[in-house]
Amino acid sequence: MPYIALERLTKRYGDHLAVDALDLAVEKGEFISLLGPSGCGKTTTLQMIAGFVEPTGGRVMLDGVDLGAMKPNRRGLGIVFQSYALFPHMTAAENVAFGLEMRDVPRAEREKRVAETLALVGLSGFADRYPKRMSGGQQQRVALARALVIKPAILLLDEPLSNLDAKLREEMQIELRSIQRISGATTILVTHDQAEAMALSDRIVLMNKGRVEQIARPDEAYARPASAFVANFLGKTNLLNGAIESTPQGPVLVVGGLRLPAPAGAGSGPQSVAVRPERIAFASGTAGVSGRVTMRVFQGLHWLLQVDSEAGPLTLVRPNDGSPVPAEGETVALTFSTQDFALLPAGDAP
Amino acid sequence: MSERPKAAPYLLAGPTALVFLGLVLIPLAMTVLLSFYDWGQYKGIVPEWTLKNWREMVADDYFASVFLRTFRIAILVTLACVAIGVPEAYILNRLSPGWRSVSLLAILGPLLVSVVARTLGWALLFGSTGVVNQGLMKLGLIAAPLPFMFTETGVIVTLTHVLAPFMVLAVWAALQRLDPQVENAAGSLGASAFTTWRRVILPQIVPGVLSGSVIVFALAASAFASPAIIGGRRLKVAATLAYDEFLNTLNWPLGAAVATLLLVALVAIIVGSNRLIERRYAQVFE
Repeated sequence: MPYIALERLTKRYGDHLAVDALDLAVEKGEFISLLGPSGCGKTTTLQMIAGFVEPTGGRVMLDGVDLGAMKPNRRGLGIVFQSYALFPHMTAAENVAFGLEMRDVPRAEREKRVAETLALVGLSGFADRYPKRMSGGQQQRVALARALVIKPAILLLDEPLSNLDAKLREEMQIELRSIQRISGATTILVTHDQAEAMALSDRIVLMNKGRVEQIARPDEAYARPASAFVANFLGKTNLLNGAIESTPQGPVLVVGGLRLPAPAGAGSGPQSVAVRPERIAFASGTAGVSGRVTMRVFQGLHWLLQVDSEAGPLTLVRPNDGSPVPAEGETVALTFSTQDFALLPAGDAP
Repeated sequence: MSERPKAAPYLLAGPTALVFLGLVLIPLAMTVLLSFYDWGQYKGIVPEWTLKNWREMVADDYFASVFLRTFRIAILVTLACVAIGVPEAYILNRLSPGWRSVSLLAILGPLLVSVVARTLGWALLFGSTGVVNQGLMKLGLIAAPLPFMFTETGVIVTLTHVLAPFMVLAVWAALQRLDPQVENAAGSLGASAFTTWRRVILPQIVPGVLSGSVIVFALAASAFASPAIIGGRRLKVAATLAYDEFLNTLNWPLGAAVATLLLVALVAIIVGSNRLIERRYAQVFE
């Protein structure tokens, strides 16, 4: 039995279906991201788990118990809000202690746990500061400590890093991951930042227009996107025009001049072929997708090339490892290997 | 102009300063001066320095009782406005935008009507021959009319009605500065609705309650129309007392002394209580 189970969870606002029959099973200790563009229903899903929004249909099960009839203050979940929602009239320590006070934890234990949790988030010296006297990153840690100190059944993070600058955000990602590992809290993160979702989570739930597009490990979803939407939302990708041909040796994928054995059961006829920019290489002979380099940009770590190919325009990235890089206007032949493409139904435009 | 840029701020502020000087400071100074002049039934106002008026106010218990009543009424009106206005503002803040504008109109609408008209409305309702008393007597619920006119209760009820909108506006402004998520945050940490209110919402809106209280207290202590109509001659407050000294007894110096004392007492009370509460809630005020 999964620890958290969302069963056909649905939220309807008038005619608008915000979340459409969402099914999700989360194991204890897992870190799950709900990822999608704004308006995809990820925040609504989080609020239904928290109990701030009543579902139109479906259930939220926690350890076999239906949370439906339970008010937010009985669910025992730790939540970090996008705005942090710290209590401005309380010090950092008072903020963290609030949840323990509500649970009637005796003073001595309360003080011990507050000190421990503040140390966990690296704020030992800041117990007596008021939130207004702290930086964004520090406020974020107080919010995290306040949610963690009650040893919540689930830790819900609502875009927790979106108000931080890029450098701090990267630092906090690493820290958040390690804090989650130490505390062992089952965590659900809502984010629109694909890099954040990939860096932090065990599994990603990709959402679009209220529906789940794919639930997979980050590397899996990246390598084998289930739809054009996923392919485009998760990193950069190229969608090439190809086709499956049946041959006596089995189905073959044909993209321009490139012929690759296709996976069994790939269907037949025209296909959209998703290939990541970093997985496209220059072919040694001429047996490849031919095209002309239209733009070449140097980015330090790598070269970025735009190629107008016979299978459609594409972008590729080559590492700056000393190997020759074709100039603008040069004709090239491109190739990629069998395990580096995903087939999407033709015409599945994002 | 250009060779003396330092003068620019003074020149720009000049017109306002002159108006303020002419319309507020000079009359005020003249009132204070007047309170130290002599007065007699047959000689009128005599510009001679004397402490007679001030001595009279201290010596005569009548003045003490009027001032005591004025501040008792002002304090009770302020408390009533807090009790009514704070929940009202909270509910207003949580209404949907449509209902909020309707409610706001209902709250602010009365401010468009003259205080005199609103006070007379209360008199019509609760006077001994008013609708409420007549109705209740017809129903046999009461034998004699409820005392309302010429009572402190009547003045307090009327002033609360007149001044509550100021409290609602002040508290509402404070509520709008609140992060709407803090309530959810408190709830998620296990706080009940009441605890959330007491521990999280209320401390954050103290500045609003305080500024509302200052406005209501000052207006209640210096109110004239409502005490004059409901309290009448029998139940005097500082403002109606000063009025009577000026226009009935024609003892302007004594009236000026009453007015000056009211002003000084008001300023002292407001500044004092502000200091006290600001120190207590320093971190909310930053």
